[in-house]
Amino acid sequence: MSADPAGVLTGSHYIDGNHAACEGALAAGCRFAAGYPITPSTEVVERIASRMPYMGGVFIQMEDELAASIALQGAVWAGKKALTVTSGPGFSLMMEHIGLAAMTETPCVFVDVQRGGPSTGLPTQPGQADMMQARWGSHGDYEIIALSPDSPQECFDLAIESFNLAEQWRVPVLLMMDEVVGHMTERVVIPEAKDIQVTERRFTKKSPQDFKLFEPASDMVPDMAKAGDGYKILVTGLTHDERGYPIMNQHIQEQLVHRLVNKIRLNANQITRCEEVDIEDAEVIVVAYGITSRVARRSITIAREQGVKVGLLRLIVCWPFPEQRIRELASKVKAFVVPEINYGQMVLEVQRVAAGKAPAILVGHGGGEVHEPEVIAAAIIKAAKG
Amino acid sequence: MKVDNDANAFYCDCVKEEQNPVNAMLRLDRMPSIWCPGCGVGTSVNAFARALKQAKVNLEKTAIVSGIGCSGRVSGYLNFDSFHTTHGRAIPFATGLKLANPELNVVVYSGEGDLIAIGGNHFIHAARRNMDLLVICVNNFTYGMTGGQVSPTSPASAKFTTAPFGQFEEPFNLPNLAESAGAVYVARWTTFHVNQLAKSMREALNKRGFRFIEVISPCPTLYQRRNKLGDGLDAMKYYVEKSVINNNADTREIKIDFQDEITVGTFVNKERPTFLESMNARFSQTIGASYQPYPEG
Ligand SMILES: Cc1ncc(C[n+]2csc(CCOP(=O)(O)OP(=O)(O)O)c2C)c(N)n1
Ligand code: SF4
Repeated sequence: MSADPAGVLTGSHYIDGNHAACEGALAAGCRFAAGYPITPSTEVVERIASRMPYMGGVFIQMEDELAASIALQGAVWAGKKALTVTSGPGFSLMMEHIGLAAMTETPCVFVDVQRGGPSTGLPTQPGQADMMQARWGSHGDYEIIALSPDSPQECFDLAIESFNLAEQWRVPVLLMMDEVVGHMTERVVIPEAKDIQVTERRFTKKSPQDFKLFEPASDMVPDMAKAGDGYKILVTGLTHDERGYPIMNQHIQEQLVHRLVNKIRLNANQITRCEEVDIEDAEVIVVAYGITSRVARRSITIAREQGVKVGLLRLIVCWPFPEQRIRELASKVKAFVVPEINYGQMVLEVQRVAAGKAPAILVGHGGGEVHEPEVIAAAIIKAAKG
Repeated sequence: MKVDNDANAFYCDCVKEEQNPVNAMLRLDRMPSIWCPGCGVGTSVNAFARALKQAKVNLEKTAIVSGIGCSGRVSGYLNFDSFHTTHGRAIPFATGLKLANPELNVVVYSGEGDLIAIGGNHFIHAARRNMDLLVICVNNFTYGMTGGQVSPTSPASAKFTTAPFGQFEEPFNLPNLAESAGAVYVARWTTFHVNQLAKSMREALNKRGFRFIEVISPCPTLYQRRNKLGDGLDAMKYYVEKSVINNNADTREIKIDFQDEITVGTFVNKERPTFLESMNARFSQTIGASYQPYPEG
């Protein structure tokens, strides 16, 4: 389906990533947003606050992130597309509700504009150290989808993609931005509404008597119903059967939680997305995401000038991790170089998947700045020498 | 009635629908409930179901939201759109539900630990905003589900697993808290006062804005046993002997001390614009005629 024109600001704009993410959400049909201010993410909801009244939606500044991260789930069960936006400390507070959304298969979008941590850390400066928290931060077994834009244009595009994936797979989708992408101003082209594809919620066509709220369809994803439509739905974070009734035993746990995990794991190849640059002849591959991938492009140019055959694998979808592609590449290349603004998170995944076939070398950075391209280039050149 | 759960067939067979007028309000296929004999939560649900039958609200559009705790299980036993959320967060979930579809009649039903301890911040802010929610708080003075720990309403000197030498913190006076934070309707009843409670619930269901009803309720299994206060019946005796009906009581004066007087009644019943009414008024004023007012429910 194409986008509702009410939310689409068609044209060419010179805006930053935070504003672009707001426009992407509105274009995707988001009509409910709950937030709590935190640098460097606040501009997303500031813009939403000024845009929402014109398109029949609601923005509410909640009393804290705990409230924001569950208010949006109430809104989803009332039928809206909804998001919340935060950064590091707020993201930590939202973790319990990422688990709730995963358990109740509530399609919703969390935007995390990452800053330097831990704790209050570097509120106004970049970091990429929430990547493992995004994957594992809530308790229990579950899967989410996380995307990482590298430009304001992609903040717009991937915000739409986040909503589409959330609706398709009924999972919380995390848009993992970083401070630099959030605050960097570039041209963002917003197409006409008819050219923007949006995935609508798959509401059941069954009658209330025949409908089970958590009965999976062939894609392992159940159809939805919303409050007020006569289905008398029961939604609980407890382990539940296909009717949604709490039943706490290992058999139902196995049925439910295994499906929640498998609906993403078994479909990972449909969900993962990477950009590949100069991979064909590469002996060294830089694996990067977000702002770091843009710095890495410069590093690759420097290394190529010195005769090193190096390519870039940019993670657009970070979770699920592109295991199959990394595995294929691991048997062909000398090494992976993984620059990230943390002291080693996604590099662990590259190492795990490469399984010793090629080393994965971290180029870490504690945050507050992006890498110097020369530092990554030096690591590439060293890796090429073996 | 169709029963698809063999284990419950016996129970459901012997409860004939015509026998109990509130059956239609319950998910009978989930009975029996988890609540202990003598627990007050079920009694409060009975009053609530009767109130719903009499209230002029669209039952198809009624949604119940709970947090976690014995009282938090209420949503799952009621035959409405039911949401059993996380500990303390029923109010913000309900806020999202209500704002996204203002046609819904949203009731938050939970315990005092859930609503006032971990959820205290949400409670005061929803009241301040006059969010259009009915909040029913089952106050049994303790954390039931986790085994009898101290709660924000636990009376001084009473004993709890986490206050083994007797509670010494000042407890919350919930009607006063609700009124100070901005609730438009505030009442307190005990589970002895089933008729008054049902009437109060009906009244609150038919009103808009942040409405709060405290239901003083026995927890014989934990609170009473630990404090040697007897069983469910003994709790009723206490409520009969020590309750004082005072409908216009000053909420500052109605705190509850250990086994002392319980002032019950409707303390606040006033009007004030709801969140959505205020939002529409503001946007109409500032944006002008081009603003399409948001439905207020
Ligand atoms: C975040 C979180 N912290 C703690 C708990 C454990 N917990 C479950 S119920 C409960 C207290 C419930 O007390 P109350 O709301 O008074 O309900 P009651 O069981 O007495 O009806 C607690 C602390 C939890 N589930 N989640
Ligand atoms: S533990 Fe107390 S509150 Fe919980 S069901 Fe039993 S009596 Fe009721």
